[in-house]
Amino acid sequence: MSTFWLVLSGSLTGAVGPGISVLYATYGELITERAGRINLGTEGSMLMGACFGFIATVETGSASLGVLAGMVAGSGLSLILAYLVIYRDTNQLATGFALTLFGAGITAYAGRDYVDSTIGGLNPIAIPLLSEIPEIGKALFRQDILAYIAYALGPLLWVGLHYTRLGLSLRAVGESIDVAFAAGRNPQVIQIAAIATGGALAGLGGAQLSLGLTHTWSEGMTVGRGFVAVGLVIFGMWSPLRAMVGAFLFGGAIGLQLQLQTIGAPVSPFILDMLPYLIILLVMALWSRSSARAMPEGLKGVLKATS
Amino acid sequence: MEYGRTLQQAQGFAITLTAPPIARSVIAIGFAFAVFAVFLAIIGRDPVEAYTKVFEGTLGSKVGLSEVGVRMIPFVLTGLAATIPARVGLINVGGEGQLYIGAWAATGVALYFGFGHIWLMLPAMAVAGFIGGALWGGIAILLRNWRNVNEVISTLLSNYVAILFVNVFVFGAWKNPAGFGYPYTSDFATEAILPAVAGTRLHLGLVLPVLAIIATFLFLSRTRWGANMRAVGGNPEAARRRGIPVVRYIVIAMLVGGGLAGLAGMSEVAGIQHHLRPGISNNLGFMGFLASWMAGHNPVTLIGTCFLIAVIVVGGDVLQFSGDLPSAAMLILIGLVLFSILGFRRLERKTE
Repeated sequence: MSTFWLVLSGSLTGAVGPGISVLYATYGELITERAGRINLGTEGSMLMGACFGFIATVETGSASLGVLAGMVAGSGLSLILAYLVIYRDTNQLATGFALTLFGAGITAYAGRDYVDSTIGGLNPIAIPLLSEIPEIGKALFRQDILAYIAYALGPLLWVGLHYTRLGLSLRAVGESIDVAFAAGRNPQVIQIAAIATGGALAGLGGAQLSLGLTHTWSEGMTVGRGFVAVGLVIFGMWSPLRAMVGAFLFGGAIGLQLQLQTIGAPVSPFILDMLPYLIILLVMALWSRSSARAMPEGLKGVLKATS
Repeated sequence: MEYGRTLQQAQGFAITLTAPPIARSVIAIGFAFAVFAVFLAIIGRDPVEAYTKVFEGTLGSKVGLSEVGVRMIPFVLTGLAATIPARVGLINVGGEGQLYIGAWAATGVALYFGFGHIWLMLPAMAVAGFIGGALWGGIAILLRNWRNVNEVISTLLSNYVAILFVNVFVFGAWKNPAGFGYPYTSDFATEAILPAVAGTRLHLGLVLPVLAIIATFLFLSRTRWGANMRAVGGNPEAARRRGIPVVRYIVIAMLVGGGLAGLAGMSEVAGIQHHLRPGISNNLGFMGFLASWMAGHNPVTLIGTCFLIAVIVVGGDVLQFSGDLPSAAMLILIGLVLFSILGFRRLERKTE
């Protein structure tokens, strides 16, 4: 019983750190999808952010510049998708997936001399008083600066989507390009901006991964986190607040896996490594029927799930 | 292109079932190679020299050509694993994972079932590989039909699970006790190895993609079922009203697709590796997916796009060996080719 509680509290404490990078990517994908586009290149943008964020930090010694470089790299990659799907009408899923492999190629090349580099990176900042709260305080309030921004960004995004003119335009384009156009919006510009912002946030997530969590760069280090983000947007029914729940669930699964490995659970470590993916598939299966109803109209042609 | 257009109207997104015109594709491929040449120049490599090395190392020698052929075997099979489901409107990004599970199942037969004779053993391994890949793909279709989970996400995530699943065995119960601690299974017995062809690395697994292409082509273009598949992919609701069992078509297309990717896994372990180890695939399944999209899901055009990707991949190994580029950089060129082919495709007017 005591082991059980140890593992549980350990997973909770460990849920936030690994969840932050996925949370940023999920925010980014959510903005993209609310504008009626889906970007499977999110995984590639995360890799770009992780790689170029790391390189910039090594070269300049500044983690802030690293984060900025990661956002620019992630955003730049996503602009290729924006051009192809908006102006050349290519299939979004195939284009996005190819973009991920493209980003994997670029980062494998660009990052190869940095695999053994070390950086100071982003370090935890303990919030006075709040970080003293048992368990929860330690989990939530001894994180790097990007984690605190991520906490705030969820509610801000929610307000922005529902109560600002920009958010309304974004959602209008996602529901119907024609209606948004008739209402005087410029759907193409809005979609390009949404995809670029999505790529920048995915790049930010990637940068958080290499600068804040691992403090290293290795080829393919995101191992599917960008694809997980696409799944979490669906699970989160296109709401930034639910997206937070999903991202911390993923983080919790990683925390649980690490805890089980630490206590020496008599299971193959590779089975434990499967947990985060299996848990995401499981929650998607459990909640998919309700999420289908919340899907923006503009995505229904691409993400059809009914047979 | 007329058919493609009606499809697009019906479906709201483009799966062009007809192959893009050849001239357009050649221009697109040339454009991608030109952009990559600029990239090579920027990073300080001589593009002419690099492309010459790639040409000599692939098409310019017997060894190079046979290497291209060796790579084409899994590309064609995993390409069909994307093509066949695409015909009924499914997007299978799980070829990579299905390949791993197929390799795992074939290895299980090779290690633990003594069929004694090569002509019993190899078919048994092929059947096991096919079933393994089919069942793995079947999970995605089960989640889709039963729980509405989109197959793109489930096949993508199941790739990571499949790779870990293989690791459980090669690092665990199946590890070769005489392997100095390396995560390999024991080497297969001779009867579990696909014989080499003409003294090269090409192996008998070659018959698998050849048969699969012919069968797929004939099935899609010459049978009622092939026509029904197009109807299901075009407009499932209309197909259902015409009395076509839509769900059955979707399930079978995915199982066959997954099975063919599984065969690719069997062919890799029995023809090339002769044991199972982690990372046997290294993106083979993803390359097949891209080849299928380059080919507009046409099984005959797929031969050409798999050839092109095989030349690029083998060329990448040549450049890695000569110290010019890490082979992963060739993913950049392959990505450029696909963007270019998709981007150069004639725009179809949407009427929605």
